[in-house]
Amino acid sequence: MTPALEIRNIIKTFAIRNAIGRVSGAVKAVDDVSFTIPPGGVYGLAGESGSGKSTIARMIMGLTTPDSGDILIDGVSILTKAERGRVQMVFQNPGASLNPRRTVGQSVMVPLVAHRFQGDRKARIGDLLDMVQLPRHFADRYPHELSGGQKQRVAIARALAVSPRLLVLDEPTSALDVSVQARVIDLLENLGQQLGLTYLFISHDLSLMRNFAATVGILYLGKIVETGPVAGVFERPQHDYTRLLLASVPVISAEEAAMRPVIPLINGELPTAEDLMALRKGLNAKENPR
Amino acid sequence: MTALLSVQNLSVSFTTYGRTAEVLKAVSLDVPQGAQVALVGESGSGKSVTMKAIMGLLPQPPARIHAGKIMFDGRDLLTLPERERVALRGTAMSMVFQDPMSSLNPVWTIQDQLSTILKYADRRLGRDRDRKGRRARVLDVLTQVRMREPERVAASYPIILSGGMRQRVLIAMALLSEPRLLIADEPGTALDVTTQAQILKLLRDLVEAQGLALLMITHNLGVVRETSNTVYVMNKGEIVESGPTDRIFAAPQQQYTRDLIAAVPRLTGRVTT
Repeated sequence: MTPALEIRNIIKTFAIRNAIGRVSGAVKAVDDVSFTIPPGGVYGLAGESGSGKSTIARMIMGLTTPDSGDILIDGVSILTKAERGRVQMVFQNPGASLNPRRTVGQSVMVPLVAHRFQGDRKARIGDLLDMVQLPRHFADRYPHELSGGQKQRVAIARALAVSPRLLVLDEPTSALDVSVQARVIDLLENLGQQLGLTYLFISHDLSLMRNFAATVGILYLGKIVETGPVAGVFERPQHDYTRLLLASVPVISAEEAAMRPVIPLINGELPTAEDLMALRKGLNAKENPR
Repeated sequence: MTALLSVQNLSVSFTTYGRTAEVLKAVSLDVPQGAQVALVGESGSGKSVTMKAIMGLLPQPPARIHAGKIMFDGRDLLTLPERERVALRGTAMSMVFQDPMSSLNPVWTIQDQLSTILKYADRRLGRDRDRKGRRARVLDVLTQVRMREPERVAASYPIILSGGMRQRVLIAMALLSEPRLLIADEPGTALDVTTQAQILKLLRDLVEAQGLALLMITHNLGVVRETSNTVYVMNKGEIVESGPTDRIFAAPQQQYTRDLIAAVPRLTGRVTT
């Protein structure tokens, strides 16, 4: 079966410029990343700031082009053929991603116009609001009249407007309260099943990742350091960075606390990722002296 | 034993454009000497208003305190003369803010900012300390917050520090004048999870080592469990439930608390019932 999304060895490097604009170096934001998502699957990308997760999302959306490698959606490379309607994105902060001067209806209309939707646009907007469980009369409201959860529902409706096959969810609930987050996640799961959507779920919240994604990739400095089914990666993490991430999650029960890996303290303090990597390198060098 | 900080039946309302909203309804909470207490609630629950009332930072109007007392060390802060109130703030009780970048002045070095704060704190407490003494104290607190290369950090501007380092500077700032109560407003929420874990561990170690009382204000139940022994759950301006942290998490009595705990995704995966 053709994967819904296939990422093949993508690399993206950004130039570092000095004060007068001369290139003084380069940073590899995404360093040879590959993964595939089967149709209807949910793949989670977890990583901290600077790990490259947003750069990957931007490349899939066609907002940035990779230096090398290929991105295939339903087996078609998006680098050679623009298939913008097949993939849509839901952003982190609905307060910023919705235009405050447009009504909900106008915001949801934008992709319909851009992709030359042929049917009854008004009716389509009503249907979309039904899908995200908002009353139809919300089409006439402005974003400032809505709560955070309602705004994110509008953003989801807008993303679904042109019937995409793949949704990129970039931290879709990190700006919301936990009870609201739970309802938005339920909605995304139901929509995924009803519409057969494929999700790329980007988050730093590992507990949420465990509950939402089927497969997870842990990103560290532009590389996927560990990948596999969530249960396996979370219960038997192999890479030091995955172990550090899991050990850092604040949890609410003793069972969860027992599941977290034990990380050695350095001078009474939790090590940073770099410290831990350096420590491991040192150990390896000791075990395998040349 | 009386608590170091005791908020009793605090009621606050806000009046804007002629409309009045009850924001706090008879809120009571105790922070005993050396205890670690958390106040948890979702947006709009009133936890920040409670914190501001304690620190004396509520703008009045639009806010109005109808009833209640805020007892600190046996004195009611609400009836204390302004001068004595100011003397307590930042000395006997200190605050660690959420967003390091907006709490630090970008054009001053860390050394200058901390020294200035210390100078005013000393003046209020009638302590005598010269420039050299202040400099030594600043390096001392930076070492306490386990800052690597404290001398270099002291000479730096906030812009070149990482988020975790800035949060450490804010904690150092709160510790400068040897407070007895530390009020922390969502520390580390703006940080990556590994950095947040370090900051929470640091706070825990510091309050334990120095016998400080900690009032942690947060929306994150995981942070509550990691940093407190007693928890107060707030919703719509009221304390809905309070008690030992372990008991509240294991056996919540109120429906609101149960729903809140049930909404948190678990690291162990789905809870099957």
